[in-house]
Amino acid sequence: MQSAIFQCRPRLQGLILPVGNILTTAALSSLSGATMVQADQNNTLATEPLPGFKRLNLCNAVNDALVTALDTNYRAYVFGEDVSFGGVFRCTVGLLERFGKERVFNTPLSEQGIVGFGIGLAAMGHTAVAEIQFADYIFPAFDQFVNEAAKYRYRSGGSFHCGGLTVRAPYGAVGHGGHYHSQSPEAFFTHVPGIKVVMPSSPAEAKGLLLASICDPNPVVFFEPKMLYRTAVEDVPEGDYMLPLGVARLVVEGNDVTLVGWGQQVLVLQQAAAQLKKADGISCEVVDLRTLSPWDSEMVCASVSKTGRLVVAHEAPLTGGFGAEVAATVAERCFTRLESPPVRCCGADTPFPLILEPVYLPGVARVMEAVRGVVNY
Amino acid sequence: MALPAAISSLKAKDGLQLGMSVARLFASAASQIKVEVMPYKVHRIEAPSNIVETNVPELMSFYKLMYKLRRMEIAADMMYKAKFIRGFCHLYDGQEAVLTGIEAAITLEDSIITSYRDHCQHITRGGSVKELMAELMGKSEGATRGLGGSMHIYNRKANFYGGNGIVGAQIPLGAGIALAHKYRGEPNVCITMYGDGAANQGQKYEALNMAGLWNLPVIFVCENNHYGMGTAEWRAAKSPNFYTRGDYIPGIKVDGMDVLAVKHAVAFAKAYALANGPIVMEMDTYRYHGHSMSDPGSTYRTRDEINAMRTERDPIERVKKLLLSNGVEAGELKRVDKDVKKEVDDAVEAAKAGTIPPDSWLWKNMYVAPLGGEMRGVLPGQYHAPDFDPEYTS
Repeated sequence: MQSAIFQCRPRLQGLILPVGNILTTAALSSLSGATMVQADQNNTLATEPLPGFKRLNLCNAVNDALVTALDTNYRAYVFGEDVSFGGVFRCTVGLLERFGKERVFNTPLSEQGIVGFGIGLAAMGHTAVAEIQFADYIFPAFDQFVNEAAKYRYRSGGSFHCGGLTVRAPYGAVGHGGHYHSQSPEAFFTHVPGIKVVMPSSPAEAKGLLLASICDPNPVVFFEPKMLYRTAVEDVPEGDYMLPLGVARLVVEGNDVTLVGWGQQVLVLQQAAAQLKKADGISCEVVDLRTLSPWDSEMVCASVSKTGRLVVAHEAPLTGGFGAEVAATVAERCFTRLESPPVRCCGADTPFPLILEPVYLPGVARVMEAVRGVVNY
Repeated sequence: MALPAAISSLKAKDGLQLGMSVARLFASAASQIKVEVMPYKVHRIEAPSNIVETNVPELMSFYKLMYKLRRMEIAADMMYKAKFIRGFCHLYDGQEAVLTGIEAAITLEDSIITSYRDHCQHITRGGSVKELMAELMGKSEGATRGLGGSMHIYNRKANFYGGNGIVGAQIPLGAGIALAHKYRGEPNVCITMYGDGAANQGQKYEALNMAGLWNLPVIFVCENNHYGMGTAEWRAAKSPNFYTRGDYIPGIKVDGMDVLAVKHAVAFAKAYALANGPIVMEMDTYRYHGHSMSDPGSTYRTRDEINAMRTERDPIERVKKLLLSNGVEAGELKRVDKDVKKEVDDAVEAAKAGTIPPDSWLWKNMYVAPLGGEMRGVLPGQYHAPDFDPEYTS
């Protein structure tokens, strides 16, 4: 009855360029893989961005997406701690000046309040884009996610829902974050039916996935890789476009082993794949899941059926991480096609450490070791 | 009811005597100096007198401690910029008077728990500057063996419960610690420190309710430096009168830049808490640096405001003026400055030369170590036995 109020301007699923060309998501994925650079400047971009594209880093891409979302939907809000002056990562710079304080506002330091309040706004059919300052601080709001947001449509028999809620939070290791500025809590949220979990791995992905998440008629948790906010630069399409949720992206094509990751781990997998190709001649297929809940099991199983080997990598601790879900599904569905058991290369089963972060993380060296292990099984 | 009778009996005794009986006394041979501090604003309680007695040795000790804290935080700033310290570093300079005053009014048997702005608590609880700098640099000689970092400094023997990263999470812990003190019959309180940002957290009100219900000897100290990260207090709180936010729990607002006002008020609060139950204190203070070293501190407040605070309300300058007007030579203060600077510089050099914790410490202290003696490793099939450190069980 109230879904008529939930407005999201209809767009083509895919890419819309201002000049009228429509690129499919497959074309976008080849752009993302080839042209994204890291701060070490080993890759070089062409001097000019392509026509209709703008060269942005990830935090500018998120900013661009928020501007677009607020522009196209007059009942959209952005709120969270310190968003007014631009946010601690500058993702919300300029929003207050452009859209006013009724739509872009600071909240007090109360995560549970922020998410609960966002659920209420969304229940009225409005679009609430809440920000949690770091994913590590999301836990006071966890009850609101699990018991309110995820179950609202279910327990009201479809009368109400909070689909207009999108919660953004920066996650992941940053080199010196320590216990409370580096966590990856995605596994907790994937365990709850009723919400979606989306994690981009590059600027163009971030903008498209964020716009898709905001328009998705289900509550979405959007984890942004904070390490890539400034270090990842890419040609991002201008204007309004969405990337499909629940569809994985093929980053690098290969034949010997499938590497599955998400967020900032995808870059690590790409680097490992490049080094393995050069050093050992192993051809790795790298898959970026993009959405964890619901995840594209079809694509991953098709890939593993081709290669016969699987390595899943994520920064979150090994036990109970989302890699376990991927590995179990692949083992179940691709059993006869597997050449070696699926392997998870993940963070240690400890709290995120401070100075011992390089030991904890599944870096390029550890991923390569895991791949060699499965190839030589 | 017992409560009004207890309060009036407190008032009947001279507030000054009460404070001094709880505070650490200095050489009684030294002559007393009477200082008038800003009158206290109170909520549901009678205000203590605002004439504080002190003497030159006590003021000298305050000066020395506050100057040490200040130089230490400035050294941390320089080390951060030089990339010896990485990660998150939340500095306390400007707020020294709050902690110095609190420590002067309590003993090491009382417990303290605070947020991530915890460098100075290590020093006031008996730690050394070298241990602190080593911890900031992540070296194993540090206060938490390099495993905690800037936000997680602890001291078991001195009842300092840290050092907590999540905003507001330490407040219910403080109430629990106070219950343990009461249960064991100890005449000790728990000083639970938090900021104006944390004052809007739901768990604070849960803790206040429990403390009030069970009359726990906890002193909730809100260090109001007026900005929660980048948000001014009036934009985050409907009522920025944090000392009244306890509602049914009495509150007292103190000029947090005046160490004598703080000491006097905390002594009063400790006596109250031991007799009656929880009390909220709001320390009106200011931080010169930004929220952390990643925050310049000037995007949400003006440089004029920061400079005005430095010139008009700086806590160290205030004590210095008092000392100079009570017969202390400027040369003696300069000597103290030099000694403190040397101590801090030596500590920094020693910390730089420290050792990085070994890799196997990644698995330490997950659980009590003799739990099966094995811990899952990071790759399937790998097992590591953590090295069992007996000191951790005591």
